[in-house]
Amino acid sequence: MSDKTTQTERRDRKGIIALALSGLVAGMVGLSFAAVPLYQMFCQTTGYGGATQKAEAAPGEVLDRTITIRFDANVDRDLPWTFAPVQRVMDVKIGESSLAFFRAHNNTDKPVTGTAGFNVAPESAGRYFTKIECFCFTKQTLAAGQSVEMPVTFFVDPKIVDDDTTKNISEITLSYTFYRNDDQPDVAAAPAGQNSGS
Amino acid sequence: MAHSAQAEAAHHDDHPTFFRRWFFSTNHKDIGTMYLILALVAGVVGGLLSMAMRAELMQPGMQIFGNPEIFNAFVTAHGLIMVFFMVMPSTMGGFGNWMVPLMIGAPDMAFPRMNNISFWLLVMAFSLLVISLFMPGAPGATGVGAGWTIYAPLSTKGIPGISMDFAILALHLAGASSILGAINFITTIFNMRAPGMTLHKMPLFVWAVLVTAFLLLLSLPVLAGAITMLLTDRNFGTAFFDSAHGGDPLLWQHLFWFFGHPEVYILIIPGFGIVSQIVATFSKKPVFGYLGMAYAMVAIGVIGFVVWAHHMYAAGLSVNTQAYFVFATMVIAVPTGVKIFSWIATMWGGSLSFKTPMLWALGFIFLFTIGGVTGVVLSNAGVDRSFHDTYYVVAHFHYTMSIGAVFSIFAGWYYWAPKMWGYMYSEALGKLHFWLMFIGANLTFFPQHFLGLAGMPRRYADYPDAYAGWNMVSSVGAYVGFAGLLVFLFSIAYMFAKKQKAAANPWGVGATTLEWTVSSPPPFHTFETLPRIK
Repeated sequence: MSDKTTQTERRDRKGIIALALSGLVAGMVGLSFAAVPLYQMFCQTTGYGGATQKAEAAPGEVLDRTITIRFDANVDRDLPWTFAPVQRVMDVKIGESSLAFFRAHNNTDKPVTGTAGFNVAPESAGRYFTKIECFCFTKQTLAAGQSVEMPVTFFVDPKIVDDDTTKNISEITLSYTFYRNDDQPDVAAAPAGQNSGS
Repeated sequence: MAHSAQAEAAHHDDHPTFFRRWFFSTNHKDIGTMYLILALVAGVVGGLLSMAMRAELMQPGMQIFGNPEIFNAFVTAHGLIMVFFMVMPSTMGGFGNWMVPLMIGAPDMAFPRMNNISFWLLVMAFSLLVISLFMPGAPGATGVGAGWTIYAPLSTKGIPGISMDFAILALHLAGASSILGAINFITTIFNMRAPGMTLHKMPLFVWAVLVTAFLLLLSLPVLAGAITMLLTDRNFGTAFFDSAHGGDPLLWQHLFWFFGHPEVYILIIPGFGIVSQIVATFSKKPVFGYLGMAYAMVAIGVIGFVVWAHHMYAAGLSVNTQAYFVFATMVIAVPTGVKIFSWIATMWGGSLSFKTPMLWALGFIFLFTIGGVTGVVLSNAGVDRSFHDTYYVVAHFHYTMSIGAVFSIFAGWYYWAPKMWGYMYSEALGKLHFWLMFIGANLTFFPQHFLGLAGMPRRYADYPDAYAGWNMVSSVGAYVGFAGLLVFLFSIAYMFAKKQKAAANPWGVGATTLEWTVSSPPPFHTFETLPRIK
């Protein structure tokens, strides 16, 4: 008698355990997808991985210390552009807002649109590298054969000297990579140049 | 006598035809046997792939591979097959299914039919992976040449062919199979222990399976999520890992290693359990520090989830992040040390007998310790910066998870073969097998430390002449090891041909767990009346 009741109890418990464990599995799948937006938020707020910051204006405080900014430009192989910084190196005062230019040229006889990805090295400087105005904030379309100079307004946050991990940085490299931006976002599957661009 | 007659009757009642017995099987012993056969087949396939790789690397220049991409595909297939279709099916699927119900005194697994699904899903997965070897991969080559870590963007843009999709689906199925298996094990262990078998009385192998099942349950869904993103990035226009559209390839590395690091413990922890049983049996002593041993495995499992980025030191982590991962990784050496020292303490003062299973267990402890020590070396971010992706890493992980885990599997095979099949294996062949594999494995992998220190990168089909000497030694070692595998296959055939009957307990007073209280081989259904444990 008592054996029988324990057996039904056991069967009930079996189902509950299996259900709870399945819930755990579903939760972990959910977490792995939630990692995508969480990771992005995390990078943007902490400057992790060299993500840079954005501001409306320079802070006003200018330190009597200069830092060297190097500029780097790359183009994805799917984008038929030439893209290079106008100046390679710039010495700026920490806290001072500065202006730099990049030159892009569309090598085709069709209009092509691109967007730029960016980061800085060393990555720990990302938190203090702040942009006020940048061509990388929006899509850029170049007409056939067109050349443009693209401005970046930026400053290095004076707080950089208060942070133990960044106070000894004397050089920051700002790097851009231009990618093709068609309305069809699947670059991996679509052969390059299939879309005429718009 | 009466026992075996009863077993005979049950045999005829329960599975009238071959097809019904094996294809619709719900019996934990039959399913365990099928898992072991699958693991054996996969192990031979994976072993042949590695022989081709070592033949290529024996000398500088291209020997047998016309296209280095195919070499990369072999490397990838070797890794995936050994991890998902050799080690996991033999330790969890094979020994886990066979021994966990016997060791806790349960009549079968909690969900026998789900057990059947788990097994056949894995067969499908293995087929898909083998097919992927023959499908177009990188331009002009077949197979997936991205390594078992299938990093984006190499796995998205670098391999346009369909072989990558086959491999992804293979991993999906293998993952689903393991998750179902894990749910089954946990429910069985929590719910079906015989009266008196408290958690703290369970044999250490059962503890190992329990910890491993939880690792599977928490890590595999993350892999499933990550490879789903990979699949949609490749085929359906998403951009999870595509930096051109705001994605981040580093996200792949985080997700993969959040799965990947626990995965290496999934491979080794059941081995810890097997070795604990064997060392205690052949020392004729209970295992030293039982609770410490059990909770060391729990600790390894828990810490295993918070150290994943030590695989990513070269990916550009901040100094503070690296410092944390260095520290957390080194902490793992503590519970691991508890295990190593407890095994030694178990043998201390014991009445040792060096039967074949004990030799394999000792080989495991020795090789695993070497691998653990190089692991502590690699855990340093500064050192890893220079060793990253060199043969030093290859040597390290083959000593621990691969050769270490494989030695524990062979130990388990020789330990439980008399129980599972009812026949004694040949002691002479078992020992020959051991010494060939032991010498072969060390000859193969020890020189790879030197190659790595000298800077030889992994995953290339060719290398400069400077690395020729140790590569030759390594290849010769691999052939010796493979000869050991042939001896193993022969010893299986010899055992079944010779039919030397094994006693219910061939190991004597040291073997105290419940599986030795039933006949060898056990009747088709065991413990229909639950045993009582005092």
